[in-house]
Amino acid sequence: MTSIAADKRRGLFRRKLVDRIVRILSLLALAVAVASMIWILWTVVSRGARVIDWTFLTEPSKPWGAPDPGIANALLGTLLITLGAAVMGIPPALLGGIYLAEFGKGTRLGDAIRFSANVMMGMPSVVVGLFVYALVVVATGGFSGLAGSIALAILMFPVVLRTTEDMLLMVPDSLRESALALGTTRARAAVRIICRSARGGLVTGILLAIARVSGETAPLLFTALWSDGWPRNYFTGPTANLPVLITEYSTNSPFEEQHAAGWGAALIVTMMVLLLNIATRIIFKEKHHER
Amino acid sequence: MLQRLTLSPARTDRLFRYLAIGSALLIPAVLAAFLIQLGWGSAPAWREFGTGFIIGTDWDPVSNHYGALPAIVGTLLTTALALLLAIPPAFVTALYLVDAPAGIGEVLSQALDLLAAIPSVIYGMWGLFVLVPLMQDHVQPFLSETLGLGQVVFFGTDGNGFGMLTSSLILALMILPYMSAVMRNVFKMTPGMLRESAYGIGCTRWETARDIVMRYGIRGLLGGIFIGLGRALGETMAVLFVIGNVVELPGSLYASGTTIAATLANNFAEADGIMRAVLFALGLLLLLMSLGVQIFAQYYLKMSGAGRGEK
Repeated sequence: MTSIAADKRRGLFRRKLVDRIVRILSLLALAVAVASMIWILWTVVSRGARVIDWTFLTEPSKPWGAPDPGIANALLGTLLITLGAAVMGIPPALLGGIYLAEFGKGTRLGDAIRFSANVMMGMPSVVVGLFVYALVVVATGGFSGLAGSIALAILMFPVVLRTTEDMLLMVPDSLRESALALGTTRARAAVRIICRSARGGLVTGILLAIARVSGETAPLLFTALWSDGWPRNYFTGPTANLPVLITEYSTNSPFEEQHAAGWGAALIVTMMVLLLNIATRIIFKEKHHER
Repeated sequence: MLQRLTLSPARTDRLFRYLAIGSALLIPAVLAAFLIQLGWGSAPAWREFGTGFIIGTDWDPVSNHYGALPAIVGTLLTTALALLLAIPPAFVTALYLVDAPAGIGEVLSQALDLLAAIPSVIYGMWGLFVLVPLMQDHVQPFLSETLGLGQVVFFGTDGNGFGMLTSSLILALMILPYMSAVMRNVFKMTPGMLRESAYGIGCTRWETARDIVMRYGIRGLLGGIFIGLGRALGETMAVLFVIGNVVELPGSLYASGTTIAATLANNFAEADGIMRAVLFALGLLLLLMSLGVQIFAQYYLKMSGAGRGEK
């Protein structure tokens, strides 16, 4: 009798011990992940903040040795390329999302498109870069900021499309039906009623997609490339941008000053991406609390 | 008045619908264009080297003879190692976060999401300037000498900090938050009734996780792993900075090498003629691999009804 009880007790003890160990391992894993994040951010902030000053932000990058080098051209180029990508990528993505949510729900075509969009979200960005390199750079005979925008637009497209669909599906059907009962057409109902009530969600999706592509480097390496000048020839020539500047300065330069400038650029890119991310989270959360 | 007539509501409605369908169809169209473009662009390479290209180990720009095996092996090795390193922590962090006290869970989940948001070039730069010296001076000597792992076949004895192991570490760190997010969703989808029944008959948290939640959501977990696998396969910048970039079959974990993505990024600038076709062929291989992985991922996630874990 007693021996069985003792066995059971030992069993329970072991089971609880295993449970405790797994719990400690989870906390440990979390601690490692969060600590690495803090470590990376701290490295970027502490090394980047040292070089950022007014000249750094207002002067263009210069070949090594020239006085007062900055990163203003790359900053401007990144904004231009991202803006171009948004202009090209967002409208069709919104329309496609409206199709999936409003017209293609439950149809085979809709399912197929949703599936391809999910697959496309996982495509390596370097393949997208290579594709645009073949399609635009080789065809037009040169690197250009526009080619970079096209690559980023392709990367944004499925992301915005899928979030648009998800957000529109969250709009209650009663709203849809009321609009249709009043005699509005499907198109009008979709744009004026449903998109409007899902506005916050759509903005969130767009901002997240922008945050996601604004740090992308590999596709720009193949398309926008890099230049020391101001981004005057966005349509025809290599266009400066922050991610490629970081790559150039930290892998292809032996000079300490350029490494430091790379950290400064890294800090700005990281801030941009993280602020966009945090802003979206806040917007989205407020939107949810309203409901 | 005339405009009213030509653009009647029914017509705008139809027009809008076509526009929407057209935009949505761009997705499969672009996917098909990827395949066609890369297939067409790489044709000269396949004609020149045949399927032997895949198992060739040469990389000789002088005699224009190229093989893809070093890049393929590098890609698969770093990806496999990264998965090995990242799956257990992704699983246990997801496990913890699902049941964590509301406040702490929220903060930590957000922190993990931000870890996923850091651009890969930043990971690469951090890897190059912080992790590589650390690996060279402390971690690699510690592993091979202090722990004696240097005697193990393929482990390596003296490293310069660059190479397969360092790349895999960074990849693991990058894919961990992605996999953890998908797994979190999968865990959340287990019906509360099942879990509470398990607790009710006296299961510990770990037993519930292992025997109930994991069995219930195994497809979703596989989907999450495939999502991580897909990211690791195609990651370029983080790897490019720390892998050492030599086109050679890696002889040990500390060996420098290359991956498909890193080879592409390194060579496209001076690429011309057959070299360009070779790069397209590599790109095609990477595209096919990730297509396969993504299709599996979507299949499993769809079966389990979990999303991609991205919001």
